[in-house]
Amino acid sequence: MSNRVFAVVAFAFALAFAAASQLVPNEYFFTAAYTVLQFVILATAWNILGGYTGYVNFGSAAFFAIGAYSTVVLYNAFKAPLLVMIVTGTLAAGLAGLGLGYLTLRLRGVFFAIASLALSVVLFTFIVNWDYVGGARGAYVLQPREVPFGLPRYIHLLYIVMVLQAAVSLIVARTIEKSTLGRGLAAIRDDELAAECSGVPTLRLKIFSTMVSCALMGMAGTTFPYYLSFIEPSSAFSLSYAVNSIAMPLIGGMMSWIGPLIGAVLLGSVQQLVQVMFSLGAWNLLIVGALLVLFVTLAPNGIMGWVEGWRRQKGR
Amino acid sequence: MEASTALVINAIIAGLLLGGFYAAVSLGISISFGMLDVVNIAHPAFIILGSYVAYIVNDRFGFDPILVSVVLSPLFFALGMALYRIYYICFEKRGQESLRGLAFFFGILFITEVTLVLVFGVDYRMVSSVYGDVTWRAGDIDFPMRLVVPFLVSVAMVVGVQLFLTHTFFGRAVLAVAQDQLALRLMGVNPVRVKELAFALSIATAGVAGAFLIVIQPVQPSIGREYIGLVFAVCVLGGMGSIWGTLIGALVLGIAESFTSTFFGPSWAPAVSFGLLLATLAFRPSGLFGR
Amino acid sequence: MTVKKVLPALGRWLGTFAVALALAGTALAQQPLKIGFGMSLTGPLAGNGKAALIAMEIWKDDVNAKGGILGRKVEFVYYDDQTNPATVPGLYTKLLDVDKVDLVVSGYGTAVIAPAMPLMMQRNLMFMTLFGLNVNSKFNYDRYFQIMPAGPEPAVGWTRGFFEAAMAMNPKPRTIALVGADAEYPHLALEGARVHVKRLGLKVVYDKSYPPNTTDYSPIVRAIQATNPDLVYLASYPPDSAGMVRAVNEVGLKTRMFGGGLVGPQFAALKTALGPLLNGVVNYELYVPELSSKFPFLEEFLKKYQARAAKEGVDPLGYYLPPYAYAMMQVLDQAITATKGLDNAKLAEYMHTHTFDTFVGKVGFAKNGEWSEPRVMMVQYGGIKGNSVDQWKQRGVVTVLDPGPYKTGSVRAPFQDAKN
Repeated sequence: MSNRVFAVVAFAFALAFAAASQLVPNEYFFTAAYTVLQFVILATAWNILGGYTGYVNFGSAAFFAIGAYSTVVLYNAFKAPLLVMIVTGTLAAGLAGLGLGYLTLRLRGVFFAIASLALSVVLFTFIVNWDYVGGARGAYVLQPREVPFGLPRYIHLLYIVMVLQAAVSLIVARTIEKSTLGRGLAAIRDDELAAECSGVPTLRLKIFSTMVSCALMGMAGTTFPYYLSFIEPSSAFSLSYAVNSIAMPLIGGMMSWIGPLIGAVLLGSVQQLVQVMFSLGAWNLLIVGALLVLFVTLAPNGIMGWVEGWRRQKGR
Repeated sequence: MEASTALVINAIIAGLLLGGFYAAVSLGISISFGMLDVVNIAHPAFIILGSYVAYIVNDRFGFDPILVSVVLSPLFFALGMALYRIYYICFEKRGQESLRGLAFFFGILFITEVTLVLVFGVDYRMVSSVYGDVTWRAGDIDFPMRLVVPFLVSVAMVVGVQLFLTHTFFGRAVLAVAQDQLALRLMGVNPVRVKELAFALSIATAGVAGAFLIVIQPVQPSIGREYIGLVFAVCVLGGMGSIWGTLIGALVLGIAESFTSTFFGPSWAPAVSFGLLLATLAFRPSGLFGR
Repeated sequence: MTVKKVLPALGRWLGTFAVALALAGTALAQQPLKIGFGMSLTGPLAGNGKAALIAMEIWKDDVNAKGGILGRKVEFVYYDDQTNPATVPGLYTKLLDVDKVDLVVSGYGTAVIAPAMPLMMQRNLMFMTLFGLNVNSKFNYDRYFQIMPAGPEPAVGWTRGFFEAAMAMNPKPRTIALVGADAEYPHLALEGARVHVKRLGLKVVYDKSYPPNTTDYSPIVRAIQATNPDLVYLASYPPDSAGMVRAVNEVGLKTRMFGGGLVGPQFAALKTALGPLLNGVVNYELYVPELSSKFPFLEEFLKKYQARAAKEGVDPLGYYLPPYAYAMMQVLDQAITATKGLDNAKLAEYMHTHTFDTFVGKVGFAKNGEWSEPRVMMVQYGGIKGNSVDQWKQRGVVTVLDPGPYKTGSVRAPFQDAKN
């Protein structure tokens, strides 16, 4: 399937999905789906750098928070329309990713990982001390009373935005994967030195994929303040985003765009279930951590790895 | 003495005492990450585990937490050996350590933390010790024993590890692993075995550092996360794999934080360490004392 | 019909459906009355969440023993919010749309109350909340109620006692240092303190905040000491309360009065861990045994609570949150009984216009849903020996300084003398 066809199909599917779910009478579906879709975007975004290039980003929460807090800034400044907030947050996170990549991607991969962790803490401290966005006290971002497009409630709008954002992320991820760019990234992942020697502009490719990946993470955060109405640094920088956006691609499979999608839908739904069915919130992180360790040690190629293996066997 | 002079001297002393503790916390990372190239981001989880072990024994039997941690360090050593075995078989051997190995330790970090939460809850735990509430005073300068005792033991531990690494056959083998594994093999030493024991040593220091932590401040399972950045900051700042560098990097960081907090406003203290780390990575990735 | 027309129509249809369901509900009076909420049973605030849950369950047992409310047995439906605000919108929509509870109340604290507000407002539900800090100042929702006794201006009411006690000293203090953690509550408390500082014409010589995960607090205390303040007001959360109190003792802080807004010493864990280090510290409390004669029913409730708390390993004293969690449910009980139903508009109106007799005294609500009068108690600790928990169950280690009707003594100063 060519990229353009895929994009059309993905959008059509997203719109159909969003329209069909408007028939669901209970609102719980929308809040639960919002959370799962958040993870779909984060996991897909993380995989653009982590899966395709092999560089581990521990700072997903930081980029997510950049998106969220740029919304807070625009809300406080002039109640900008939602679309402006989404674009700004995406760009801001992309720029931050560009800066981080420029500073550290010349070093070994592990330094990038550590720096991304450090960035979370620096940004967290910065937000805590920045009174304009509420600082440590947190900021209120109120949902408008009037819901556009004749939708019954604001959560429906947020949900539709999330579906579209997820579609955009998947299209971006797949386009990169199938392009020359994607092959360059794969070369870096397999052997960076060899890639460099055979003329792949490794640094530029790495920086580009970092920027795209971070921008999408920021995008996932842009509607979050509206979803919660009240945002404070510790919920925006929650480590749950960092661990989930790593665990989901690893469990789903990192080689293609479909792996993170599967991982996110699976893990995201399991976490929702654990929370409301059994009221066992504390077990959530344990499950994610345990699955992560199990998969990396026993099934390094994730669920998609199994599927591929099974297909190959069947083909023989 | 002038009030401001006393303030400066106190800030230096507080920074040194804090830095000594930071050195103990980062020593293990200096070994595992700096020398063995094992990026153990779960290191802080083992520090917290050390805190809880010290807490349990102290709570039940009233023994001194630091003494307990030293006596029980073989347990952590054994845990470290087991962990390295798994890591070696699943990742190093397959050549997958860079990405999946990192994710593996990340998972270990979470499992340890959440298990502690499930067993002990999220309440802050504290220990009692004979020196916990004692302060020495020399004029306007004060030395809280709560920080002095961990400082002294920590410096002793760092010096001990350094002497061990430079003056024993095994220690030199560890240093050699960091440089040339093939040469080591040719000399009839198994580098995997050497790395296993050295990694175990790094986990053992984490256990002891955990006891320092709980002497200094109350501990609950998730505060380990705060130390992830710090330990790597110290390790990189001091220069990868240099034990003296780690000690000096930790003291520099301690003093920088203490000065920020005394004269500039404590809010910015955590950003100091990470700012230093980001700057080091950007401008001098080999650290202050790097090769 | 276009999509634009279909959707609102669908919404209206669902609305009628919901009303029909609600009517069917009242017709079947024997059905249990379901009250739903999210509570922090894991995460940083789990200790408080579990304590609140115990108190609410004691209330449920008490109320069911006397035959329920309006003849209906009370049932709880609750989920663990993990002290994570991001879970709250999901949990409350689940409670309302899937579990179809009759009423919802909040979990513990601002961070989990605020995310539920838009939902409550969209559906015009009466929302009784537990220890939110001035949440309604942004929403201005007329069906919001809050049980913590901070008064209609929470920040100001919260800090008033400290300044009342300080200004009663002779000679009057002139300078003050303000310090607190970088977190939501300390910032609010410091904001309130600044209002009093301005009103009283005090001079601020130090005004800084610190990150809650600070390892060593002594540089902060020394920096404060260098400014030689008459008063030191501290607003902090439990770990840094412990750290600051230790550092204050280590450095030997010389000032006339220290404390005011430390969260933590209200709970047995910090009371016993700090023990004599707390001597001389001035702090707020919501109940102390010194006042047992003013709250006749509390002793009995606390006995039940303490028995359960010991089993579940949560705060064994229960002076802070549990009585108020119980009182919150008492308010609901009385309002539902008086209005003979679950009509949210009627309930809210009744609650605004009546006072309620609860275990924590008479409660009336101001326009913004806060208590109509602040009633935070400012106390000074003294004469604490050793680290046992039992001394806190009796009188003798606490002096109530403010408010007037509860006063048992005046402040002892300077701080270093009050330590002995």
